[in-house]
Amino acid sequence: MAAAAAAVDREADRLTELDSAIGDADHGANLKRGFAAVTAALEKDPQATPGAVLTAAGRQLISTVGGASGPLYGTLLRRTGKALGDAERVSRAALAEALTAGVAAVAQLGGAQPGDKTMLDALVPAAEGLATSFAAAREAAEAGALGTVPLRARKGRASYLGERSVGHQDPGATSSALLVAALAEVTA
Amino acid sequence: MRMLINVPETVVADALRGMAAVHPELTVDVENRVVLRRDAPVAGQVALVSGGGSGHEPLHAGFVGPGMLAAACPGEVFTSPVPDQMVRAAAAVDSGAGVLFVVKNYTGDVLNFEMAAELAEDEGIQVAKVLVDDDVAVTDSLYTAGRRGTGATLFVEKIAGAAAEEGAPLERVEAVARRVNERSRSFGVALSACTTPAKGSPTFALPDGELELGIGIHGEPGRERRPMMTSGEIADFAVDAVLDDLRPRGPVLALVNGMGATPLLELYGFTAEVQRVLGERGVPVARTLVGNYVTSLDMAGCSVTLCEADEELLRLWDAPVRTPALRWGR
Repeated sequence: MAAAAAAVDREADRLTELDSAIGDADHGANLKRGFAAVTAALEKDPQATPGAVLTAAGRQLISTVGGASGPLYGTLLRRTGKALGDAERVSRAALAEALTAGVAAVAQLGGAQPGDKTMLDALVPAAEGLATSFAAAREAAEAGALGTVPLRARKGRASYLGERSVGHQDPGATSSALLVAALAEVTA
Repeated sequence: MRMLINVPETVVADALRGMAAVHPELTVDVENRVVLRRDAPVAGQVALVSGGGSGHEPLHAGFVGPGMLAAACPGEVFTSPVPDQMVRAAAAVDSGAGVLFVVKNYTGDVLNFEMAAELAEDEGIQVAKVLVDDDVAVTDSLYTAGRRGTGATLFVEKIAGAAAEEGAPLERVEAVARRVNERSRSFGVALSACTTPAKGSPTFALPDGELELGIGIHGEPGRERRPMMTSGEIADFAVDAVLDDLRPRGPVLALVNGMGATPLLELYGFTAEVQRVLGERGVPVARTLVGNYVTSLDMAGCSVTLCEADEELLRLWDAPVRTPALRWGR
């Protein structure tokens, strides 16, 4: 979580810049606020298991981020955390399985699927890649985020632009790739 | 960037402190970001609760008061509020008659209000929701997030608020709100981009001599860019875009709305052109409201919203309202 918060903090301006092309220029600032709150909450109230850490972090994101990213990222972490249960140590395979459940919950909540130019374009391949290795997850997420450039947005605020959303990398897919990269970094 | 702010992080809280200082008829909870009617909950009355990103002032907090909203939840700039705010607001204003959430159709607003509705119902509060989606610039299809909610939000909040003030039950207030939304359409035009405090530079680049047609209220670019047009040409374009989608059989309510940086001198001139176009198209106008009501920070530009009225909607529109930004009648 600390690595995720640091990554978001470092890249907030870039996310906001991407968001200003096809959204409303606040994605970086919003996630930065949310992950800062997550860090503070976990420092104040440390959780015993990986599942509990993710669940608490997700709840915190829902309560602080707002916008679409609050509920969507909040749901991703909460549902992944719940799927991990209360195991004290978690294998990569178990995490991959739990992340798949979390990603499915995000797809259901947002009503989106891969190809709609959303965070799912990074998260779905990341969950698949994680079955192989952390590095594979990171590469798949980054490729997925880059792959959103030629797509036309069909969900979220960028969808209002129609054809004009083509040619811009999706900020949500980019922040997802960033979080997967942070995960790969701490497990390397 | 030159803005009348301290730091971007406290813009919303600072604005709420100002509202609290000058509007004793409101309860402003700065810490939890909830603005309430001072006299809430009003016994036997359905309570309207709305909210959304800040940056659209006076929407929504400026419309809290008798005859309109019972509470508003301001989010960060252009970012929906979080469920905690809405649940807190609903609990504070519910008299037992139930709460109507007025939600603009943006993914963030929809998701957060949905979560809030579930949580509020867990606390025994009866909740209904109305989704405002009036923007004809956005194609409504199964494969998009649907039309945006813009100017019609004011019509929904005013008219449904009047129904609630009369003591109508929740299902009736909800039905009126839905009817207003179904009969309302909007179209917006930007003459400049806006600057969010967090970013500090314009959200898109609009070269001199050009304008954006079909914008929303978040500084996102519109559907199309064209060489600058006259006020009359913009009125023709905007009204026709609305009338392509809405074929009013009776008189309309009209809102000529400024996006934040267009002075009334220009808005009134534009209103004259809107009246001309409506006259030419044979659409009678019952009431017109002109001003900055649903804004996009410092964006220059305007939007036109029309609502096909009927006797009941007109009566509810004319009913007294007493809020910081909208007040008439008794």
